[in-house]
This record gives sequence, C-alpha cells and structure tokens, in this order.
Amino acid sequence: MSLELKNLYDNFRDSDTIKAYAKVIKEDAAQLQYRSGASPQESGTRSINIMEVCGGHTHTIMKYGILQLLPENIKFVHGPGCPVCIMPKERIDHAYVLAMQSEVILVTLGDMIKVPGSNGSLQDARSRGADVRFVYSPMDCLKIAAENPSKKLIFFAIGFETTTPMSAALLDVVIKRDIKNIFFHINHVTVPEAMGALLVDAECKIDAFLGPAHVSVISGSKIYEEFPRDYNRPVVVSGFEPVDVMHSISMIVKQFVQNRCELETEYKRAVTREGNLIAQSLIDKYFQKAQNFRWRGLGDIPKSGLELKPEFDRYNAETIYKEILPTQEINDHKLCICGDILKGKATPPECSIFGTACKPTTPIGSCMVSSEGACAAYYKYGNLI
Amino acid sequence: MNKTISLACGNGGEENNELISKVFYKAFYNEILEKSEDAAIIHNGELAFSTDSFTVSPLFFPGADIGKLAVCGTCNDLAMMGAKPKYLTCSVIIEEGFEIEKLHKIVESMQKELTINGAIVVSGDTKVVPRGSVDKIFINTTGIGEVIKKGISSNKITDEDVILLNRDIGCHGAAIFAAREGIEMSSELKSDCNSLFPQVQALLDADISITAMRDATRGGVSAVLNEWAKQSDICIEVQEDKIPVSDEVMGICEMLGFEAVSLANEGTFVLAIKKWDAEAACAILKEFNPHAEIIGLVSDKHLKKVILKSAWGTARFLETPTGELLPRIC
Repeated sequence: MSLELKNLYDNFRDSDTIKAYAKVIKEDAAQLQYRSGASPQESGTRSINIMEVCGGHTHTIMKYGILQLLPENIKFVHGPGCPVCIMPKERIDHAYVLAMQSEVILVTLGDMIKVPGSNGSLQDARSRGADVRFVYSPMDCLKIAAENPSKKLIFFAIGFETTTPMSAALLDVVIKRDIKNIFFHINHVTVPEAMGALLVDAECKIDAFLGPAHVSVISGSKIYEEFPRDYNRPVVVSGFEPVDVMHSISMIVKQFVQNRCELETEYKRAVTREGNLIAQSLIDKYFQKAQNFRWRGLGDIPKSGLELKPEFDRYNAETIYKEILPTQEINDHKLCICGDILKGKATPPECSIFGTACKPTTPIGSCMVSSEGACAAYYKYGNLI
Repeated sequence: MNKTISLACGNGGEENNELISKVFYKAFYNEILEKSEDAAIIHNGELAFSTDSFTVSPLFFPGADIGKLAVCGTCNDLAMMGAKPKYLTCSVIIEEGFEIEKLHKIVESMQKELTINGAIVVSGDTKVVPRGSVDKIFINTTGIGEVIKKGISSNKITDEDVILLNRDIGCHGAAIFAAREGIEMSSELKSDCNSLFPQVQALLDADISITAMRDATRGGVSAVLNEWAKQSDICIEVQEDKIPVSDEVMGICEMLGFEAVSLANEGTFVLAIKKWDAEAACAILKEFNPHAEIIGLVSDKHLKKVILKSAWGTARFLETPTGELLPRIC
C-alpha cells in the first residue's frame, strides 16, 4: 500500500480517540494539587496555564474546539508563535517601500501580504502598481527571477526555525548558480528566546509549554531543554492534529500529577533530540544571531532574530536599500493589549477593541493580523463555550 | 473602506459584500436588488434575470474551461431561483494576440452547455483591446429564465427547513489553485463546473418543497450559509463530518492550509428543503452525485450565525471567508 496524504491526518482526527483523551485529562486534572513547598493560600485543586507557543497550535485549539473539551482548571495562554503577527510595523514598512521600487518584485509568504503597515499592506502596494507576489515554496523565486531578468527580486523572508532552512537553501542555490537578481530581507526569528523573554516577566502566568513540533523537526527537541531545567516549566513537543494536541495536554497534566518537570516529545513520528542536522548546518552557514529583534506586542528580545552573515552582504536588501528604508519604530495603538494576551495576562475578548475596531479585515494589533494569531482565531471561530 | 480596490474585494466574502453594499447598492438601490437573490425575479414573478462576468486563469483547467464556466454560471443562477434558463447574451472582451483556435474551443464548450440547459444565445458583443488591457479573455453572460416554481427565496428559511448539499465540495477552487500553482497530484482532481438545471428540474418534477437554493461559487459553502443565516435571520447548525469532501480536495487543503468550505465551486449548490421532503430530495440528488447529503438544520440558537459541530461534541462559528486565498506559511 502506498502512503497517501490522507494517512498523515486521518487517524489524528478520530473522534473516539479525542473523547478518550478528554476523559483522561479530566480525571487527571481533578487530582491536580499544588506542588510541595507552595504557600498556605495555595491549597486545594490547582489550575494550570499551558502556553501553546505556536500559532499553528492556536489554530488547532480553536478550530477543533479543544478548549471545550478541557476541565475548568486547564487553561490556555496563546503564545507569540505566528511569524506574521510578531512583525513590527516598521519592518512591514520596509517591505512596502521595497515593493514600491519600480525595479523590484517583492516576494513573500502567504498572510504576510495582508498585514497593514503605516502606508498600507503589501496588497495595497500591489493595487497601487507594485509587483508583489506570494509563494508557497521560496524556491519558486528562482523561476520568477529567471522570467524577469531585468528586475530585482527581493525575498522578504519570514518565519521561525521551520521556514529558515528554505531561505538558506534559496540563498545557497543563488550563490552556486551565480544568480544576480535575487536579494533577501531577513526577518527570521527563533522560538526559545521568545519563550525565555516571557518567563522573566514577573507577572507571567505560564505553567507549562506546548512546544511546536515543526520547529523541532528542524532544530530538535534539545532547544527546549533549558525550560524544565532552568525555569521549572515542563515542555511537551506536540504535533498539530487534534489528537496530537489532546495527547500532549494529557502528558503535561500527568507531569503535574506525578510531580515531574520534564521535556517530552509527543510528535515522535518526526521529532528527534538533534533535529535535522543538514538544515541546521545550512542555516549556520548563512545566518548569524542578530543583536536584537523587536517583536510586535513583546518589544525587544535580544538574540531572538537572525541576519545574514556580513560576507553575504551583497545579497542583503537591507544593506543595498539602506538609504530608503525607514528606521522609525512604530508602536501599536495604545488600546491594543496584544502584549498582555501574549503573556497570558488577558484573553482576546477582554480587549476593548476586539471585534469592533480591530477585526481581521482591519487589524489594529498583532494578534488579529494572521489566521494564526490568537485574536484572529477567537474572532474567526468564536467562543461557544 | 480602502481608497483603492484590492483583490480581496472580489473574493465573494466580507470585503466583497462591503464593496457591493457601500458602492453599488448605495447607487442602484431598489426593492428587487435589495433581495440579494442569485437572480432577480421580475415581471410579476414570471421571469428570472441574472448576469455574471468570467475571468479565470488558466482558461482551460481540469474538468472545464472559461466557456463552460460562463454558461453554467449564469444558467445556475437562474436555476437557483426555480427558473428554466431560456435566453442568454454573450459579450466578450479579447486581448490582442489571442489565438483564434482557443476562441473556437471556448465557444464550442459554451454551445455544448447551452444545449444541456435548453437555452440559446440571442444577442452578443465583442471587443478587442490592446495587449495587456485584459488577461487573454473576459466573458460576460446575462440570462433570462422562465420561473417554473414561484416563491423560492433565501429570505424565507425557517426551522421547518433542513440544509442539504448536492455533492462533495471545493473541487473547483482546489483544481484552479493546483493548476495555477503547478501542484501535481497523482490522483484526479477536477473542477465541479456543471449545469445545475437538470437537478433542479428533477426536484421540481418530484414536487419537492424547496425553500431556497444557492450555488456555492466564490466564498464557497461558508459564504452561502452565512448569507442565508443573515437574510432569513436564523441560525444554521451544520454537522462537520456530514459535509462531503473528497480526499483530493482535503489533500490540497491540508497542504496549503485552506478550508474546503471556503473554496469556490461551480456545480455545487446548497438547498434549504422542508423537513418532510429532505430524504426524498437527497435521494433524487444522489442519482446525480452519490455524495449528496443532509448536512444541517435551522435553529434560533445564535441568530444570523452558522455553527459548525464536530464529531467529538465541540462547536464553533463558521464565518464568512475574508481576504484573498493565501497558502499557509509553514
């Protein structure tokens, strides 16, 4: 029997399995007690707040109604892992300015073209005459560049560890084939630094993490080892189907019941401790940690972004177009509480502009811009609990 | 609203609705237009009248071409109002340099589809514009149909009705996206582009109590259900696992992060049928496509909303699609 795409998801949406996990989680959660050494007021059944770091998980949780299957004391905090949502406005303005250059074809991934900057979105740029395209695979840039030899193709690269290798692979081909008209604007960011930044906030209410499996397919599960070890927060690396997520939640709850604090992998069908070493070496060859990346909603997080190594500067659109790129930092509207949502201090419906001034068609804050953002997911799938 | 028109304004979803209501309805407002039916009912309820323009890339795609699409689109809009398509106009805008052989092919498939509907083209127009002014060819068809069954309307759905689909959904949108992006599939994925009048005729011949019908074109099934929920001030509750989706369409959706309910169709329609006739209607539709299914019911739980219920007992709202169809990032 050959493997069909269907085999990759079919059993992972099985309703009996999902219901069975719901039962197990409920039973285990009823036994949840505060850990030994807790203060006297922390008695009785305790709640745990799990952060799903990745927007893909937020999507799964909302789309499949996972929250409705959980007991009251298991709560979710929706994390910052949506590459489009965390892009600060000034970098969207970079993309806009680059796209508006007559010699430029600006290429990026999916939802990125919808996010408004201070002059509008890339979609708006396109309706004003700019050549903006989206691709599913960055390798499609090769074809576009070959068909338009008189144009400069700028690949506006976004995403976490999952998409970084594809940008590196594209640059690898560009260099090997000596292609003269492909350039890069790099906005790749890394997950562990963002998780760490959330935990140092004293008001942070995260007890455990659901780790994004696709990131770990590339980087290995090892990138999360510091969290149980140094921060006393369990991590379960989880797949993206509803059965995966339910399984992972039950693993986290079990850790609390059994007083364990470990890194575990639920998505064993593709994640190893070491990850994809070829992809990692390709990333290391072309990229280095940037001093700082300013995350929309979270602010500056040191060493959380990547940049091209100096020896590849001739491919760096940020260097080439330095003169025309805006440098002014732009903050979100002061009514927007995305920062608090990302830290688990608030949920989307608690925001005064949620669903009124701020909607997917006219997003004001970061979490509303992409379908993977927490606010957009709440808006889209509603809250029928 | 934005100062300029973006592609999202033509998606059949929220931005599209905004454009129509804030620009066109505002200027052209009248009682017939306000009903927002697939086709206008005029002349004492005896005639149905509708128009549609067609632009698609590629022009020829698995399962159909722009010609078949142009006839099906308008004839289906008439059929959805319980009307038999009778007379069509055909107006084409052609880009300089377009191959005459392709034009022949397109016109031939138009004629073939007209025959299926029992309709004829009675008037037409051609314009040729300089290279780059249009993308190869745009076709407009306008049609008049004779209403066989009066009173079909998307504004009258009640809790006496149940919701049906005539076949598996999303094939057109998935096939076009796959063809445009050069995604090669080992299995066959074809557009569902098809004339719906024969199915409507069969339902009417059996005297089925039809409350409403709408073909789920741009914006897909989710747009139709949401339009109905608003127009009839009802709540539609749909059982997700009852919605028929083929493995091929599901595969495209999984890879690219789409939802089948938001993908365009060209030969798929949603029906609101009186409860007591639902089984009979479903049996008739199954003769045309074995995947016809009763997918939901009407309630007053959340008025003007559509609820999607999972097999494991959870529920969520199904919203009108927004924005352009964009593949997911990772």
